[in-house]
Amino acid sequence: MLKTTIATVLGGLLASGAAMADNYDEGATDDEIKFGVIVPLSGPASAYGSVGHCFEGYFNAVNDKGGINGRTINVLVQDDGYNPAKTLEQARRLVEREGVLFLAGDLGTPTNSAIHRYMNQREVPQLFITTGASKWDDPENYPWTMPYLPSYAAEARIYAKHINEAIPDAKIGILYQNDDFGRDYKDAFIDQLEDKGMVVSEVSYDVTGATIDSQMSTLKDSGATVFFNIASPKFAAQAIRRAGEIGWDVTQFLVSVSNAKSAVLDPAGLENAEGIISTQYLKAPSDPAYANDPDVKAWHEFKANYFEKGSEGNWWDWACYSSAFTLEHVLNEAGDNLTRENIMAIASNLDGFEAPMLLPGISVNTSADDFSPIEAMSLMKFEDGNWTLFGDVIAVD
Amino acid sequence: MTTGLNEPANRVHEMPDFRPSARFWARLGYGAAAILFLAATGTLQGYELFLASSILSYAIAAMGLNVLMGYNGQISLGHGAFFAIGAYSAAICIDQFGMSFAFTPIVAGIVGMAAGWIIGKPALRLEGVYLALATFGLAIATPTILRSDLFAQWTGGVQGLFLLINPAPKWTGLDLDQSIYLTVVVYFLAFAYVTLRLVRGLNGYAWLATRDNPIAARAMGFDVTKAKTRAFVYSVLACSVGGALQAVAVQFVAPDSFPFFLSISLFTAVVVGGLCSPLLGPILGSAFIVLVPNVTEEVWQGGSWAVYGAVVILVMAIQPKGLAGMFAWLKFKVAGQSGS
Repeated sequence: MLKTTIATVLGGLLASGAAMADNYDEGATDDEIKFGVIVPLSGPASAYGSVGHCFEGYFNAVNDKGGINGRTINVLVQDDGYNPAKTLEQARRLVEREGVLFLAGDLGTPTNSAIHRYMNQREVPQLFITTGASKWDDPENYPWTMPYLPSYAAEARIYAKHINEAIPDAKIGILYQNDDFGRDYKDAFIDQLEDKGMVVSEVSYDVTGATIDSQMSTLKDSGATVFFNIASPKFAAQAIRRAGEIGWDVTQFLVSVSNAKSAVLDPAGLENAEGIISTQYLKAPSDPAYANDPDVKAWHEFKANYFEKGSEGNWWDWACYSSAFTLEHVLNEAGDNLTRENIMAIASNLDGFEAPMLLPGISVNTSADDFSPIEAMSLMKFEDGNWTLFGDVIAVD
Repeated sequence: MTTGLNEPANRVHEMPDFRPSARFWARLGYGAAAILFLAATGTLQGYELFLASSILSYAIAAMGLNVLMGYNGQISLGHGAFFAIGAYSAAICIDQFGMSFAFTPIVAGIVGMAAGWIIGKPALRLEGVYLALATFGLAIATPTILRSDLFAQWTGGVQGLFLLINPAPKWTGLDLDQSIYLTVVVYFLAFAYVTLRLVRGLNGYAWLATRDNPIAARAMGFDVTKAKTRAFVYSVLACSVGGALQAVAVQFVAPDSFPFFLSISLFTAVVVGGLCSPLLGPILGSAFIVLVPNVTEEVWQGGSWAVYGAVVILVMAIQPKGLAGMFAWLKFKVAGQSGS
């Protein structure tokens, strides 16, 4: 009896000892989980830097509630100034010197591209990155990289499908930002159109430019009846205002990254914005329709206490709340098995996970061969000074 | 104890056959430094090697820019453009032709020099602030040109290019970071040697004379235009080779890697490092632009460039000859005190 007890205890100890050694990768201990977030805190794209503060604030809140499975979460936010060369430097610093368990929420397409291969060679998760490029969903070649946002390409296809069905005789003029963001949208959009000849004019602008007035005149002169506005917030607002000023009566489609009412439509003039069509997958905290929504209330509370730098007008400030929540869930599920492999295994096995801020009917779904968590959106129209959803939630892939 | 004045005489008396000159000590110093740089391949690892490769690639570019700005007195705010040309040349060589990364800086240098010659010819008719503005325009245009569809088939357009870099053969025992670092050091030492030879030779005098008094220089028989063009082309060569090595170290190029700010960073490296300090200045200046933002980030997150800017102003206010000037001043102080 005694012998067996001793044997069991010893065996148990040995087993747990062996398991202990196996269950942690660098960056995880009995009382801490350390991960990094790389965002542009300086430079021209520093407005997006709030994503870093969002993750930091979110896990400060988690720590104040006792952490995850008794562990404190240590978030290291690093600045890359939106320069890919600097992103790699920061990633190597975090992985090799600071010894983080993984990176999460990193912002930007060129910046994440620079570390894509490094992270996968090192086998360190590059999780829930804040970018909408379609190339991230590639588990076969890059099993350590997973985005969070639905892809720009998926969204563009929704508009094209809508035009195919509802406005088959459209003559389309496209304004797009001359970078990966603009081209991702434009290429997928044209690809999905049934008749490529519908596009009568394509005009680009550079982020460094001052205005897009001349581009708008070109588009109007092309005789387009549909205007697809693929611009970042500042330029999207200018384009909408300009269309109104030059009296261009046109059906407008606006990309979701620029559909915030406070940041884009207000400065553009609400009367100019009437009738614009866009998509949404998140609940906008500034929308009165969600004033009593529990998610939105929780977000406002989070913003007041832990995320002072957040803004109601910036979609990435709500999207990161959603991705931080999902990350917390993944770490929670990982329990005491905090290996990089296990974290990716859990992150790629989310089935109908209800993350906050997502529209009703949209949930987080991933699997071993599907690394795009959010794959549904809803069309909406700007009517009487507010966005109104119309149609069903549309699944995309 | 003999006084300083008598010392050389005594030494001559004791060692009549061998008197180490200042030149000998300087060469010994350079040799030791070169060995230290090479030895770092074995002692540093991973992230440190990457940082060192980064610093030395910037240092090569800064060395060239120092010749232009320090010795020849011309201001360029656009050498980031040539850094980008070098980086993309290397990337295209590897991506399209499968060239070994170690040789790409040579191609990058040739391409860069050709570009520098074409751009330099008209630009060098401009003096002072006008040249600064012309190069400034070049730097602003670079990211846009790199993004354009015209060259997308070569440059990868907005997506950029990955550089597939294979480490040195197995028998060398070098891993990827070590292979890259060693390559960077070899190019760095070559540039250090050539730069020293140039600035201390006839070219150096021609540059200084052109800078200080072009009319007198012309009267003395120096070809002022040629001297200026040479300085410009050499600075472009160094910047493109530096850019190629930096691209190799990062293994990725994209238009966003070469913002206008890069040109300002190079400019800062030269000025903060110390104008007319051919070696130490560029090394210190490059270490400054790579490392200081990381340090200031700890102090004030997001405000790192403001702190960085304040440090630049401080350095300029205290010692206009930059960090290298501070070193010289310290050496002078220490030597002066021990002598008295």
